[in-house]
Amino acid sequence: MDMSHTALNMAANDALKRRLKRRKRLDLVMRALSFAAAVFSLVILAIVLYRVVVQSIGWLNVAFLTGKLSMFPEKAGISGVILGSLLLMVIVIPVTLILGVATAVYLEEYSRRNALRSVVQTAIANLAGVPSVIFGLLGLTVFSRFFGLGSSILAGGLTLSLLVLPLVVVSSSEAIKAVPQFLRDASYALGATKWTTTWRVVLPTAMPGILTGNILALSRAIGETAPLVVLGIPALILRSPKSLLDDFTALPVQIYYWTLDTVLTPEYAHLAAATIIVLLVMMFVLNGAAIVIRRKFARRY
Amino acid sequence: MAEKEQNNQIITENLSLHYGTLQALKQVNLAIPARQITALIGPSGCGKSTFLKTLNRMNDLIEGVRVSGKVLIDGEDIYDPAVDVPLLRKKIGMVFQKPNPFPMSIYDNIAYGPRIHGTRGRRELDEIVIRSLKDAALWPEVKDRLKDNAFDLSGGQQQRLCIARALAVEPEILLLDESTSALDPASTLKIEDLMTQLKERYTIVMVTHNMQQAARISDWTAFFMLGEVIEYNRTGQLFNQPREQQTEAYLTGRFG
Repeated sequence: MDMSHTALNMAANDALKRRLKRRKRLDLVMRALSFAAAVFSLVILAIVLYRVVVQSIGWLNVAFLTGKLSMFPEKAGISGVILGSLLLMVIVIPVTLILGVATAVYLEEYSRRNALRSVVQTAIANLAGVPSVIFGLLGLTVFSRFFGLGSSILAGGLTLSLLVLPLVVVSSSEAIKAVPQFLRDASYALGATKWTTTWRVVLPTAMPGILTGNILALSRAIGETAPLVVLGIPALILRSPKSLLDDFTALPVQIYYWTLDTVLTPEYAHLAAATIIVLLVMMFVLNGAAIVIRRKFARRY
Repeated sequence: MAEKEQNNQIITENLSLHYGTLQALKQVNLAIPARQITALIGPSGCGKSTFLKTLNRMNDLIEGVRVSGKVLIDGEDIYDPAVDVPLLRKKIGMVFQKPNPFPMSIYDNIAYGPRIHGTRGRRELDEIVIRSLKDAALWPEVKDRLKDNAFDLSGGQQQRLCIARALAVEPEILLLDESTSALDPASTLKIEDLMTQLKERYTIVMVTHNMQQAARISDWTAFFMLGEVIEYNRTGQLFNQPREQQTEAYLTGRFG
C-alpha cells in the first residue's frame, strides 16, 4: 500500500517536472520572440540610417546646405528648401497654437457636458484619423482654389495646420484636464471670472503639456509630404521664397521629387539622402525639445 | 460695540439645496453674527460643507445644483439674479480643506487677488502682500523668500499662505472648510490662534470635524445632521448642555 502510494507520487512528480520543464522552455522562447520583436524596429531604423548616411557621404556639406537648387546634382543646394520648411513652421505654430488651444479651452472649461461638446469631440477624434492626402485635397479646394492662394507657403502652412490640429486639440485638452480642480476653486473663491481663471491659472499650469503636444504635432507637420504634393507644388523650383505668398518647396517634398527623378539622374539619390539627414536632424531637435520641456516642468502639485 | 457684535451678518431663510434629486440641505434657518467665529459640526455627509459653500456660491460651479430659500448677507439676497458673483466672492473669502496655493511664487500667490481686481501699482501690491502675510502670521517665516515657489513651504505654511491670499482682497467674511484637517497639531494650533485674532475684524464661519477645535475657538456652534440644523447655540451651551438628544449623542461619540 505504502509502496504503491510512493510510486504513484513519484509518477505524479515526474509528470509535474516534465510540465514544468516545458513551461520553462516556453518562457524562454517567448522571451526571445518578444525581444526580437522589440529589436526589429531598432534594426529597421539602423538600416535606414545606415543607407542614408552612406549615400549622403560626400554630398552633405556646407555648400549643399547653403547653396541653391539646381538641375545639376553637383551644384545643387537646399538653402531654399530649408527656408521653405522653416516658413511653413512660421504659419503652423501660431495657427495650431491659437486655434488648437482655444478649442481645447472651450471643450474643457466652457462647454457644459452637452451634445455639442461630444459631437465636437467625436469629430476631432475622427479628423485625427483622416489620411493626410485628404487634408491635401481640402487645402487644394479651400485655400488654393477658393481663397486663391495657389501653392504658396501660406496655403501649405494652413493645410498642414488643419492636418495636425486634432493632435494639438487632443493634447491640449489632456493638459488642461490635468490641471487640478482645487486650483480653479482657489481662483474663483477670490472673485475671479472664468476667463481670468483660465488665462492666469489654468493655461500657465497646463503650458508644459500644451507645448509638448504642439512640438510633437509640429514635428509631424514638417515631415508631411502628401498634402503638399496634392497642393501642386511644382517639381522644380529654382528660387528661394521671398514671402509667404511665394511658391516654395519643403524638405519632404524635395526628397520625394529627387527620389522620383533618380531614374533620370542617379546622383539625385545622394541629394535625397543628404536632405533626409537634414530633415531627421530637425525632427530629433524638435522631439528633444519636447522631452526637455516635459522633464523641466514636471508637475509639483 | 457690544450691540454691533450681535449683528447677524449672514441670515439664511428656509435654505434648501438639491444635487439632482438628492436633497443636501433642508430648510436651514441660521443667523450668523458678525465678527465672531461660528463653527459648523456634524457627521460626514451632513451638509455642513455644502451649507458653507452656499454662502459664497461656490456650489454654482457644480452642475445640477438647485438652491431655494434665501441667503441674506448684510441684508442682501445673494441668490438674487442681479448679484455679481465674483464681487460676492471677493467680499467672502474661502480657505479650503487642502492647502491649494497656485504654482507660482509666494508673492504672486498673495498678489493674485488684488491684481485680478485691478490693483497694478508695484508699491501698492508690495504693501498688500506684506500686510496680508503679517495678518496671517506668516511674514517672519517668508519675508526673505517671497520669490520662492509656494510649494517650497510646509503644509501648515501653505495653509497660512492661502489665508493670507484670501485676506489680500479685503473680504468681510472668512469661510473655512475643514482648513486644519490636513495639518499637524502644531500648525493647527497656529491657525486656531490666528482665527481668534482675525475675528476682531472678520466674520468667520468654519466647518470642522474636530469637536475640540469647535469648543476651543468658536463662539457659536451649529450641529448639522442629514441636511438639517439640529441645534444652534452659543458654543459653551451647546457643548455643556445640549438641548437635543441627537446633539448629545454626537458629542459624546455615540455616532459620527
